[in-house]
Amino acid sequence: MNAPEKLSAKDYASSQEVRWCPGCGDYAILKAVTQTLAKIGARPEKTVFISGIGCASRFPYYLETYGFHTIHGRAPAVATGVKLVNPELDVWVVTGDGDGLSIGGNHLLHTLRRNVDVNVLLFNNEIYGLTKGQFSPTSRVGTRSPSSPAGSIDEPVSAGLFALGAGARFIARGIDTDKVGLGDVLEAAQAYRGAAFVEIFQNCIVYNENVFAAFTDKSVAADAQVRVEHGQPLIFGKDRDKGLHFNAGSLTLEVIDAKARPDDVLVHDRTNPVIAQLLLAMQPPQMPVALGVIRQVAGTSYDSAFVASHVTQLARTKSITDVLRQTNTWRVE
Amino acid sequence: METTAIDMQANNEAIVIRLAGDSGDGVQLMGTQFVASTAAAGSDFATFPDYPAEIRAPAGTTFGVSAYQINLGAGPITTAGDAPQVLVAFNPAALKVSLPLIARNALIVVNTDTFSKRNLSKAGYDEDPLQSGELDRFQVVAIDLSRLTLEAVSEFGLSKSDAGRCKNFYALGVLLWMFGRDLETIERWVEQRFKKSDLLKAANLAALRAGNAYGETAELAAAVPQYRVATATFEPGEYRGIRGSDALAFGLAAAAELANRTLMFCSYPITPASPLLHRLAQLGELGVGVFQAEDEIAAVCAAIGASYAGAIGVTSSSGPGIALKTEAIGLAINAELPLVIVNSQRGGPSTGLPTKTEQSDLYQAVYGRNADAPIPVIAARQPGDCFDVAIEAVRIAVRHMTPVMLLSDGYLANAAEPWQMPNMADYAPITSTPYVRDDAAADGASAAFRRNPETLGRAWIVPGQADAMYRVGGLEKDIATGNISYDAENHAQMSQLRADKVDAVADFIPEQSVEVGGTSGRLAVVGWGSTYGSIFQAVRGRASRGVSHIHIRYLAPLPKNLGALLAQFDRVLIPEMNMGQLATLLRDKLGVDVESLTKVTGQPFMVTELEAAIDDVLAAIGAQHVGTQNERT
Repeated sequence: MNAPEKLSAKDYASSQEVRWCPGCGDYAILKAVTQTLAKIGARPEKTVFISGIGCASRFPYYLETYGFHTIHGRAPAVATGVKLVNPELDVWVVTGDGDGLSIGGNHLLHTLRRNVDVNVLLFNNEIYGLTKGQFSPTSRVGTRSPSSPAGSIDEPVSAGLFALGAGARFIARGIDTDKVGLGDVLEAAQAYRGAAFVEIFQNCIVYNENVFAAFTDKSVAADAQVRVEHGQPLIFGKDRDKGLHFNAGSLTLEVIDAKARPDDVLVHDRTNPVIAQLLLAMQPPQMPVALGVIRQVAGTSYDSAFVASHVTQLARTKSITDVLRQTNTWRVE
Repeated sequence: METTAIDMQANNEAIVIRLAGDSGDGVQLMGTQFVASTAAAGSDFATFPDYPAEIRAPAGTTFGVSAYQINLGAGPITTAGDAPQVLVAFNPAALKVSLPLIARNALIVVNTDTFSKRNLSKAGYDEDPLQSGELDRFQVVAIDLSRLTLEAVSEFGLSKSDAGRCKNFYALGVLLWMFGRDLETIERWVEQRFKKSDLLKAANLAALRAGNAYGETAELAAAVPQYRVATATFEPGEYRGIRGSDALAFGLAAAAELANRTLMFCSYPITPASPLLHRLAQLGELGVGVFQAEDEIAAVCAAIGASYAGAIGVTSSSGPGIALKTEAIGLAINAELPLVIVNSQRGGPSTGLPTKTEQSDLYQAVYGRNADAPIPVIAARQPGDCFDVAIEAVRIAVRHMTPVMLLSDGYLANAAEPWQMPNMADYAPITSTPYVRDDAAADGASAAFRRNPETLGRAWIVPGQADAMYRVGGLEKDIATGNISYDAENHAQMSQLRADKVDAVADFIPEQSVEVGGTSGRLAVVGWGSTYGSIFQAVRGRASRGVSHIHIRYLAPLPKNLGALLAQFDRVLIPEMNMGQLATLLRDKLGVDVESLTKVTGQPFMVTELEAAIDDVLAAIGAQHVGTQNERT
């Protein structure tokens, strides 16, 4: 058999014309995904993109893989059914803050705690785009929108902390336009066996432009972001002079001078749930935003356990004709 | 032994027995074992358990009574019977609850040991009914069941509560003697059931034999009557007893075998649908996967995902859960994926009457989705019939690439009857439209949406198939490629296609037949679902008076000849356990004039109720005929 030909990023793009708003962060994410697929040599016929409803959820139509654009919030449940039947497929779930954390919050919760082997990409733009700009469950208090003209009053949910609370074993973050950082995160998520949850900060140019500018804008990025790496000290800043220190007295993280106190800088441990909690809770401007693989622990994936725990590993070892007779029977002559 | 004469006015060929007691009295077990002996003795039977809604209701209360009803005798027996002629009451509450149901001159066996002041008061009796004369019109056999059981098992040194638990076997021994049944079938079962405990095995066998001997003892023979029940004429073959939900589970697994695919059953627990989930969870060796989802919506979505990946995706619920699944059913319609949705109907609306039966989700099944979203709907009629209906549902789903709604109900799920084993060689394999790749299907997407012109089912291409990648979803799609399409003409074509596809099912289903009576006459009694047994019995004696029984399995689309068939009758009467939903459907689809007979008490129709209703219509027709003749003369 011939080795499969090496595909380039554009081989993963379908013939469909992409219809997001010009300048939408989704374009950058689509590019990062096709590049990642090319890099890892994904087989298109064994790759399935499953989405819910929303701008983000148009994603599957633009990829030359199998694609299923389902209904609002339910993509994780559909993906679970696919994985139960064929655990060998590489299944990606594309969702948004409304789709995944509002109408579909329940399914996301259960998919993460079961550890179904899917890669969940949650495009967070803190707004409902496709329905024209209403506030979303991740919108900050005071967000003015057509449905909240005086400003929204609900406390937003943190996607990362939600995932941690749900028992997710892989939690990562990236920024739409950060090609390298996002690519690394996507690659790690794809390699992880289990539910890999990736929050992608995505700029909605029409309804919520620059909502993440406080930490994504080039002018502030270096000082407002910390790129975490397992086993490495949590250092950031334009001059690599800031570090995160764990204050054992107050059980909090604080920013210290990394050059003056190098030994006091916390070393990232992606298996430690307390560190994950502290990193995910950090918010600008007081603290940098944590990016990269924040949590990763090995676990048994649900789909592999589903097959392994099944009495015949889902094989048909008896016929209905036999099974019907495993009871009292009688003959009439 | 002489058969003691008992006045069974309705039918000497069959007898109805009701066993009633506390949840802990082992009534259900006693019933199923009595049925096993009945089957071995060659009688036909139908059974129905009547559980309390509460999980562990307080002992001795009327709302904690668990009952089991058996109708047995010469066939065909098609219902669990109207009024029991024999009642076994394990306590005063069981007696109190059962008295309004039983025949006027029924025989009542009571466990007198439970008729204490405390138990009488819990059951709401001011006076002991055994003394008050309230039971004078019945034949009462009073047995100190608890004491006699303790004596029978005393040699084994069991605890008092373990010893007391043997009393259902003592009572079963008495019952088996009354009906002249062999102990052998039951003894074999006890040996198997208690093979891990020699002590319990010996004690239960001792209780069974002691009860049997009690009946036989000379001085008591006068008090405990013996019945001889007619045997039925069965078609030669191999038989077993079957419960509706079990037949449904076996049928779904059999269908997957016929399709040579995995059955993936995705469900969320709900009464009365859960027995199907439980049974399928035991059928792993048939390649059945069972996924208990986080909610009804996840269950149907996982089933759709399973179908998308190439398995037979099935989901199951009751009315309220089906309501939650509705949006996803629309997705399966749009994506043209096979899916079977089983609805074990119960009383409603909202939470309604979870443990009571009703057939009030017909509108929901046929009409209950947003937009023009037709799906085929079929209904099971009897416990054994669930097997064939399940196969048929999967067959339609796969052949036409569509969701199919299968209607069962709380009565069918729990009712049981003897069932002739199917010969699987008689069933055709289940196949879908094959995947063909040629010049006309230049890419994977257009290959996926090539449809068989007769079934309108598309090719079932699943992920993993190289060079056939396609995208599909809930957005309106291009008729040829599955890609998003907002084109006006395309939407019109797709809407027509979805309607035509369901209509096409009518080309593949049998014509409507007549169950009882001629193909024309004065009155057609038309039913669907679990009312089959009652209607069959009610019409059977009236066929000579121009009455026929027609029972509809395919509710959407209806059999092509149904309209013409109904036109051959002067009147059409539709008994239903709802407010008249089939009547509306037939008026809508066939434009026929029908009369509705509704019952919404949460209980199945009694045969006598239907007989009276039919006689009323016949009398009215008779009067009309006379009236018309008078006018003419």
